[in-house]
Amino acid sequence: MTTAPTAGRTTRAGAVGTAHTRVEGRDKVTGAARYAADLPFADLAHGHLVLSTVARGRIRSVRTADVLDMPGVLTVLHHGNAPRLDTDYVGMLGVPPDPTAAVFQHDRIPHAGWPVALVVAETPEQAREAAEALVVTYERQPHDTAFHAGRPDAYPADGHMPAVTEKGDLEAELAACAHVVDEEYTTPEEHHAMMEPHAATARWDGGRLEVVDSNQGTTWVADDLVRMFSLEPSAVRVRSEHVGGGFGSKGLRAHQVSAVMAATALRRPVRVVLTRRQMFSLTGYRSPTAQRVRLGADADGRLRALEHRSLNQTSTVWEFVEPGAGPARVMYDADAHRTANEVVRLDVPSPTWMRAPGEAPGSFALEAALDELAERCGVDPIELRLRNEPGRGPVSGLPFAGHNLAACFREGARRFGWADRDPRPGVRREGRLLLGTGTAAASFPAGAMPSTAAVTAQADGTFTVRIAAADIGTGARTALTLVAADALRVAPERVRVRIGDSDFGPAMIAGGSAGTRSWSWAVTAAAEELRDRLVPGAAVPPEGITVRSDTTAAIGALTPKERHSFGAQFAEVAVDVTTGEVRVRRMLGVFAAGRIVNPLTARSQLVGGMTWGISMALHEEAVRDRASGGLYGADLAGYHVATHADVPAIEADWVDDPDPDDPVGVKGLGEVGIVGAAAAVANAVWHATGVRHRSLPIRPDRVLRAGGPRV
Amino acid sequence: MREFAYRRADDVPGAVALLGGDPDARYLGGGTNLVDLMKTGVERPARLVDVRRLPLDRIEPTDDGGLRIGATATNSDLAAHPEVRRRYPALAQAVLAGASGQLRNMATVGGNLLQRTRCGYFTDVTAPCNKRAPGSGCPAVSGEHRNHAVLGASDHCVAVHPSDMGVALAAFDAVVSYETADGPGELPLDGLYLPVGDTPHRETALPAGALVTGVTLPPAPVAARSRYRKVRERASYAFAIGSVAAALDVSNGVVREARLAFGAVASRPWRARTAERVLTGAPAAEEYFAAAADAELAAARPLPDNGYKVTLMRNLVVAVLSELAEEAAR
Amino acid sequence: MDPSTSSTVTLDINGEKHTLSVDHRTTLLDALRERLDLTGTKKGCDQGQCGACTVLVDGRRTVSCLQLAVAADEREITTVEGVARGGRLHPVQQAFLDLDGFQCGYCTPGQICSAVAVLEEHAAGWPSAVTDDVRPEAGPPPLTPEEIRERMSGNLCRCGAYPSIAEAVARAAAPARTEDEEAVA
Repeated sequence: MTTAPTAGRTTRAGAVGTAHTRVEGRDKVTGAARYAADLPFADLAHGHLVLSTVARGRIRSVRTADVLDMPGVLTVLHHGNAPRLDTDYVGMLGVPPDPTAAVFQHDRIPHAGWPVALVVAETPEQAREAAEALVVTYERQPHDTAFHAGRPDAYPADGHMPAVTEKGDLEAELAACAHVVDEEYTTPEEHHAMMEPHAATARWDGGRLEVVDSNQGTTWVADDLVRMFSLEPSAVRVRSEHVGGGFGSKGLRAHQVSAVMAATALRRPVRVVLTRRQMFSLTGYRSPTAQRVRLGADADGRLRALEHRSLNQTSTVWEFVEPGAGPARVMYDADAHRTANEVVRLDVPSPTWMRAPGEAPGSFALEAALDELAERCGVDPIELRLRNEPGRGPVSGLPFAGHNLAACFREGARRFGWADRDPRPGVRREGRLLLGTGTAAASFPAGAMPSTAAVTAQADGTFTVRIAAADIGTGARTALTLVAADALRVAPERVRVRIGDSDFGPAMIAGGSAGTRSWSWAVTAAAEELRDRLVPGAAVPPEGITVRSDTTAAIGALTPKERHSFGAQFAEVAVDVTTGEVRVRRMLGVFAAGRIVNPLTARSQLVGGMTWGISMALHEEAVRDRASGGLYGADLAGYHVATHADVPAIEADWVDDPDPDDPVGVKGLGEVGIVGAAAAVANAVWHATGVRHRSLPIRPDRVLRAGGPRV
Repeated sequence: MREFAYRRADDVPGAVALLGGDPDARYLGGGTNLVDLMKTGVERPARLVDVRRLPLDRIEPTDDGGLRIGATATNSDLAAHPEVRRRYPALAQAVLAGASGQLRNMATVGGNLLQRTRCGYFTDVTAPCNKRAPGSGCPAVSGEHRNHAVLGASDHCVAVHPSDMGVALAAFDAVVSYETADGPGELPLDGLYLPVGDTPHRETALPAGALVTGVTLPPAPVAARSRYRKVRERASYAFAIGSVAAALDVSNGVVREARLAFGAVASRPWRARTAERVLTGAPAAEEYFAAAADAELAAARPLPDNGYKVTLMRNLVVAVLSELAEEAAR
Repeated sequence: MDPSTSSTVTLDINGEKHTLSVDHRTTLLDALRERLDLTGTKKGCDQGQCGACTVLVDGRRTVSCLQLAVAADEREITTVEGVARGGRLHPVQQAFLDLDGFQCGYCTPGQICSAVAVLEEHAAGWPSAVTDDVRPEAGPPPLTPEEIRERMSGNLCRCGAYPSIAEAVARAAAPARTEDEEAVA
C-alpha cells in the first residue's frame, strides 16, 4: 500500500476509518424505515398519470367526462385545465429544468410516454382504472427515434464541459505511428431501474406546501418547485427521509409536479407513484452512445495520437450531453489529442445523469481501445497504461491533486495474480468453457459543492446534526455521524444526524460522487466551531447551542487542480461459445478514492458500482421500437439488470489516498466503481475467446454470431 | 384494472359451473400471469373463479410407473417431489429453471401450461398484436424479434411460449386432462396447442370453459436419464432464449430411445420428433446428435435477428445429448 | 363498497387476525400497505419481476403484488415486520445488518423474507436450478454460494449488494459455525 501525508487536523484515530454498521440499519432490516410512499396521511387521494401512446404529435382531445363519472374519481388534470408553470430558469445544478417534469403545459407530444393527464381518485385502484379508461385522441406526426453513428444532424454540445478539446495534428501523428487502433464502440440505452419507484405526496399545511418525496436532494427539488410554481422559498418544504436508490434519476419529475397541482386543486393530500412502466419514459435514462476511438502509439506503446468522439441522443425538449469523451481528458495524454461530445435530437424521452454519466460508457470505449492497443503493441495492458500516465491534466494542464492509479494497478495485479497471465487469447479451456481475464482503468472527478449544516449541542450531552443531505443507499447518514463524532471528539453514539429535509438549508445533492465530501466539509466546519464554543464543564442551556456552517467561501477558495478518484478493475470470465453465455467468475477493484470514512459502506458502494459494470457489460439494454417510438418490453422482465446469480464474489479495496485539500480527506466513491468495469469484462471476453465485442451488452446471440475457437 | 366479481370454487364441477362458459370470466390459479396481465390491461375479465384451493394439488405415482400431477400443484411442489426427481429429472430441472422461488411457490401446473407469451408487443396494449387484438398486425416480424420463434410461426405471429415446464412435459408425452360442463376430456400436450396459422389468438384446443384438472405422464424409463438445459440473457430469473429437454437411452453405444423437446423457439413447447427419429438406432456420437438437430431445424424459418437460435439449438442438442451419452457410458 | 366487486376477508398477519373489506382488485401488497399500514413490504415493480414485495404466505415465499388479497382469505401471512421475534432480530436480519447486506434498503424486506424461506426450503431438501443432481438419491445439495445466489435470484437489488447478501444468507444458515470461526480468528 502506498502512504501519503495525512490530511487535516481531524485525521486521527477515531470513528472515521472504522467500520460502522448503518445507523438506520435496524429500521431497514425490520421494515420500520418509511420511504416516500410509506407515510400515512389522513384524507389521502391518489393520482395516476396518463402517458401518450404516440411518439410525436398533438393532443386533439382529452375526454374527461366519462372518467369523472367513474367511482371515486375526484379530478382529471391536463393541459386544458392545469396551472401554468414557469420553466424559464436555471436550477441549482446550473441547468434549466427538463420540461418533461413541467406537466400539462401544452398540447405537443415530443415522445412516446409523455405525461398528458393525471387522474385523481379516492383509492389507487380507482385512479388506475380511470387513468386506463381515459380516452385521449391525438394528431399523429411522423417520428424519428433512430439513433446511430454518422447522423448528419448531430452537433457538438457542451453540457457540463466544453464540447470539443483539441491540440496537435491528429492525422499527421496517426500517420507516423507504429501502431494504430481505430474502432467504433456502442453502448445501448440504459435505465437507472432503482428499486423504489418515484413517489411523492403533496399537501398544503398552514400555508406551506409540504412534499414527501423520494429524491437525491430536498433543497434541489424544493428550489425547482419554488421556481416552477412561483412560490416563496419559505413556503415550500420537501422531505425525503429514506430513498430507495436514485443513481441520478431522482430530481424533479412529473410525479411531484402533478401531485402539487392536484393537492392545490383539491386542497387535500395527493400521492402520485409512478408505475415501473412509466418510469421508463418519465425519469430519464442513460443515452445510447456511438463512440469512435483512434489511438496511435510508438512501437513501445507510448501514445502520440488520441481521439475520442462520443455521440448521444437527447430529446427535442431538453439537451442532455452524456460526455463519453470526458475520461480521455483526464486519463491519457498524447501529442495530438482530440475529444468531442456530440448529441442528436430525436423524438425520445430526455436522458439524464446516470451513475458515472460520461465515464461509464466513455471508459468502456477508451479502456477497450487501450486493450486493443496493448495487443497490437505486444505490451502488457497494465504496463501500457503505466507508460502513458500523464504528469498533468492532458487538456487542462493542471496538476493532479493526487494520482494513485499506478498504486491501484500494482496492488490489484498482485492480488489478482496478473503476473501469471498468458496474454494470448482463446487458449484457456475448461470443458466447453473458454476462460479469460481483463483489466481496465477507472477515474471519476472528485468534487465538492457548497453546503450548509447545523450542529446542536444538547443539554443531555448528545449532538444533533441537521443537513439537507440524502442517503440514497450510500451510507451518508452513517458517514456523517462518524465525521461529526470525530470533529466533536465524541463517540458516534452521542451524535444523531438528521437529513432529507429542505428546511435544513441548502446542501449538495447525493450526486456527482460529491455528496459525502461536500456534506462532511459542512458538518466538520460547524462541529469544529461548536467544539471550540463549548466551555468544558459548563452546562449546555435547555435550548442547546447551535452552530451553522456554510462552505461556499472555503470551496470557492480551492486551488484549481485535477481532482479525481482512480481505480484498477480486474475481471475473470468464462464464456460458453456454444451457447453464447458469459459469466463473470471473479472481480477485483482497487481504488484510490480519498480517505475512506466508513470501510463497511464504502466497500458496499464500490462493489455496487462494479456490479453495475457486470450488468452493463452483459445484460442491460432498453430496446426502442422504431415503428412506435416507444420501448419494447419496458419492465424489469424486459430490461435485464444483473441478478444474484450473475454476480460472483466481488472484492473491492483501496490504497491510501487522502485528499490534502479536503478537511476530512474525502474524495468520493459512489461512481468510480462502475467506471472501467464493463471494459474489464469485455477485455476478459476477448482474452477468453479472441473476439472483440465493441457493442454492449455482450449478449448470447452476439457471442454466438461472433463465433470463436472450436471447443 | 376494471372491477370484477370473484368467487372461490369448492370443487371441480362447481368451478366449471361458476365459470359457466362466460367469455368474460377467467379461472384464477396462482395468478402469477393472469394478475399481471390484468394490471397491464391485456386481460380485463368481469369475473374470476378462484380454483387455487381445489383438491387438485396431489402428485401421485401411477401403478404403471407414470405420474399423475394435479393442476393446482405448485411448481415448487412438483420440482421438490421425490418421484418427479427420480423418474423425470428433466422435469424437475425445467421447473426449477423457471421464474423465481416466489413465483414457483404460487404458480400452478395448469396455469403454467396456459400462460401467455411474454412477447413485448403482446403485453403492451398500445401496440398492435394479432394474438391480443386479432387483425391488428404483428409488429415483431419487422420489429423486435430477437427472442421470437424460428419454428412453426407464421406471418401473423412469431411469439414463443414461455414455459420451461411444458418443454419437459412435451418430451415425456404428457396428457392434459380437463373438465367441462359436458364431462371430462383429455388432450396430449402436443395437441393442446393449436398451430399459429392466421389465428394466433386461438391458442389451445380446450373446449370453451374447460378447466384443466391435471397432467398425466405415462411411464418412460428413458426419462430417468434426462436433462433440461436453458439459455437466457442472464443467469437466472429470465425467460429462455432457447432450451432443450432431452432423455437418452444408450446401449452398446447405440441410441435405443431418445426424447427431445425445444423451448423458446415456437408458439408451443416443441417436440422434436424428427430429431428423435434420426437418433433412434444411431451411434451415440456427436456427429449423429448434430445430424439429428439439423434434421429438426431444417424446418426453421428465422427472421433477420433471430437466426442465432438455430445455431443455439443445434449446439444445445449436441451438448446435452453428449452429456447424457457420457453419463450413460460411465 | 359494491358487494359484487368487493369482499370481506380475514388475513392472519404476523400472528394477528385482520378482517377487512377489500376491492377485489386490491393485491395483498396493497392491502398490507394501504389498508393495514404495514409498509415494510415494498412495491418495486408491481409485476412479479423484482421480489421487493416478498412475504410468506402459509410459510412459503410469495410475491404479494400478484396475490389478490381476496384470494389470500384465511391465509397465514408473515411480513418483514413479523420476522423478528420478541424484539430480537432474526439471524437473517442480524447478518444483513452486520455484513451490510443492503444499501438503499428498499429491496431488503423482500430479500430478508426470501432468505428466511430459502433456508427453510433448503432444509427441506429442495433442489435448485444449479443443483448438479436433482435425484433424491443424491441427497440434499450443500448450501454453496452458487446455490444461495440462484435461490435468491428472484430478489433484484439494484444497489448491487448481492455479494454481501449472499454472505449474510450463508452466515444465517450456519450462525454457530460462523461464530466459532470468528472466535478462532
